[in-house]
Amino acid sequence: MHVIEFTNITKTYDMGVAQQVQALQGITLAIDKNEYVAIMGPSGSGKSTLMNIIGCLDTPTSGQYLFNGVNVSEMDDNNLARIRNKEIGFVFQTFNLLARSDALHNVELPLIYAGISATERRDRARKTLEHVQLGDRAHHKPNELSGGQRQRVAVARALVTQPSIILADEPTGNLDSRTGEEIMGLFEELHSQGNTIILVTHEADIAEHAHRIIRLRDGKVETDVRVPPEKRKTYAMKKAS
Amino acid sequence: MHFWTEVKEGLLISFRAIRTNKIRSVLTTLGIVIGIVSVTLMATAIEGVNRAFDKSAAAFGTDVMYVEKWPWVSNEDWTTFRNRREFKMEYASQLDRQATLLSAVAPVMNTRRILKYNNNQMEMALISGTTSEFISASGNTQLDGRFFSDEESDGGRPVCVIGAVVAENLFPSEDPIGKTIRVAGFPYTVLGVFEKQGGLFGEFTSDTRVFIPIHSFISNFGGRRYIYIQARSKSLPLLEEAKIEVEGIMRKIRQVQPGVPSDFSINQQELLTQTFGPISLVISGIGLFITGLSLFVGGIGIMNIMFVSVTERTKEIGIRKAIGAIRWTNLLLLLLEAAALCLIGGTIGLGIAFPLSLIVDRILPTAMPLSVVFIAIAISLVVGVVSGFLPAYRAAKMDPVEALRYE
Repeated sequence: MHVIEFTNITKTYDMGVAQQVQALQGITLAIDKNEYVAIMGPSGSGKSTLMNIIGCLDTPTSGQYLFNGVNVSEMDDNNLARIRNKEIGFVFQTFNLLARSDALHNVELPLIYAGISATERRDRARKTLEHVQLGDRAHHKPNELSGGQRQRVAVARALVTQPSIILADEPTGNLDSRTGEEIMGLFEELHSQGNTIILVTHEADIAEHAHRIIRLRDGKVETDVRVPPEKRKTYAMKKAS
Repeated sequence: MHFWTEVKEGLLISFRAIRTNKIRSVLTTLGIVIGIVSVTLMATAIEGVNRAFDKSAAAFGTDVMYVEKWPWVSNEDWTTFRNRREFKMEYASQLDRQATLLSAVAPVMNTRRILKYNNNQMEMALISGTTSEFISASGNTQLDGRFFSDEESDGGRPVCVIGAVVAENLFPSEDPIGKTIRVAGFPYTVLGVFEKQGGLFGEFTSDTRVFIPIHSFISNFGGRRYIYIQARSKSLPLLEEAKIEVEGIMRKIRQVQPGVPSDFSINQQELLTQTFGPISLVISGIGLFITGLSLFVGGIGIMNIMFVSVTERTKEIGIRKAIGAIRWTNLLLLLLEAAALCLIGGTIGLGIAFPLSLIVDRILPTAMPLSVVFIAIAISLVVGVVSGFLPAYRAAKMDPVEALRYE
C-alpha cells in the first residue's frame, strides 16, 4: 500500500466571473513509505497547490487522493484537521512558529490537539527537541533563536506526532546556505530513521538531496525520476569536501 | 480528557494575549467595568428605594384604616374634597361603640411645637394628641416603657410617649423614661419611647413625634384642628369587611343620604403601595435600561477588539489549523479570550460597586442583593460570549491556506 496515491487529481480556482485557472491538470502519482521525494517546478507550475493537497490543507476539484488507503479527497474540514494532526508533519519556509510560545510549547502544540496528557506531552516534546539538538533551548522563544534553530524547532514540531509523512515547503528558503545544508543533513538523518519525506523546492541544489525528483510544469508532471545513489548529494559528503 | 486539555490551552493563550496587550485589554475591560458598576449600583439603589418604601408602608400598619376628610391619593379635583364637612372628635367614640369588626379606634390631632429638655431642644416637632387606644390602633407597637393608660388619657394627664429620633435629640446620654420634657413650655413626663422605624415618610412614622393625651392637647394647643381617626381591623382577613362596616357607620354618623357618595375617605397603606408600585416599576425599568446601555456599549468594545485580535492572529490561526486544530477548537480559543476579558471586567466592576454601595447605604439603607452579584457575573459572561462569537466564528471558518499566507 502506498502512503500517498493520487489518481488524476485536478484543482481549478475560480477567479471571478467565467474565469478559471486550472492549477493542476490531472496528476497521478504514488509515494511509498520511507521515500525521500523532492517536488520541483518553476513558480506557477502548481507545486504549492500540489503541496496543499498532499498536506490536506486543501481538497482537489476532481480525482482521488488516498492517504494510507483512506480516501481524503472528500473529507470535511474537521476530519482533514485530524489527518493533518496525526499523519502529516509540516515544515514551512517561514518556520511558522507561535511567536509568543517557547520552543517546548511550540513542539507540544500538535500533541495538545491530539489530546495527549500533559505529562506525556511534555516528555515527548522534550525528547524530540533533544533529537534535533535543542534540548537546552526548550524555554527560548522563537525570537531568541537563530534561523537554523527555529527551523529545527519546526522540524521537531513536525516529528513529535510520529506522522506518516513530513512535508517540507522550501525549508531552507529563509536560511543561509550553511544552515540550509545543516537542515538538509537533519532531513537525511530522519529519512535514514525510516521517515517519509516530501520536499517542495525550486532549488535544484536542495532537490538533489532527495532520492526521487518529480518535476511539475503547467499543472502536469513533467518528469518523475529516481536519483541513483552516486548522484545524490549528502550532508556528510559536503562536510568532507 | 481531550476537551479540558484544549480549554486549558485556550485559557493559557487568552491570558497571555491579555497580558501582552495590557493597555488594550485594560481599555476594553474598562467598558465592561463601567457597565457592571452602573448596573449593580442602579439595582442596589432600586433595592434601597423598594426596601425603604416597604418599611415605611409597614409603619402605617397593613390592617389599619385612616378615616378622614382627605384621601391620600386621588385623581379627582381637590375642590370636591375641600368642601367636605370637617371631622369631629366624637366620631371616634361613636365608631368604636357601633363597630363589631374593629379592635381599636383612636382620634388623632397634630400640631408643631418646640421641645425642650434641659439644654437640648428640637424645633417644630410633631405633637400628636390621641387616646390610650392609639397604641392598639396603629401599626407599630414596639415600645420601650409604656403608652398612657385609659385614666391618664381621659384625665388629660401631662404625660407623653416619644419617638426614637426625639429621644436621641433630647436625651443623647440619658434614659428618657420618667424625665419631664417641655412642649412649648408645658411639662410632660415621658412614659415610653417608640422603637426606631426609619423609612421614607419620616413625618408619619413615630420617630419624630410626641404623643400626648388628646384632652391635654386641646386645652394646651386648641381643638379646632384637622382630625382623623385611626381604626384597626380585628384581623387582616377581616379588613375588607371592616372597611365596609366603617363606611356604613360613618355614613350614618355624618348623615349621608342614600345614593349620595360618601363625604369622607378611608385611607389604607395598600393605597400607597398600589400607587407607588407601578411608578417604582417604571423607574427601575428606565434606570436599568439606561445603565444596561452602557454595558451594551462595553460589549461592542469587546467585539471590536476581538475582531482586531482575529485579524492580528490570522497567521497564528493558520498555523494552528495546519497542525491539526479543528474548527471548534479555534472558536473556543477566541470565545475564551472574550469571556475572560468580560469576566475580569465584571469582577473588577463588582469590586468597585461594592464599596460604592456602602456609600449608597448611608443615604438610603440598602444592600447589594446577592442575586445582582450573580446576575452581573452572568451578564458579563454572556456579553463576552456573545460579542466574541462573531469574530471567533470568522476565525474558525478561515481557510488554512489563506491564513498561512497572511503576513
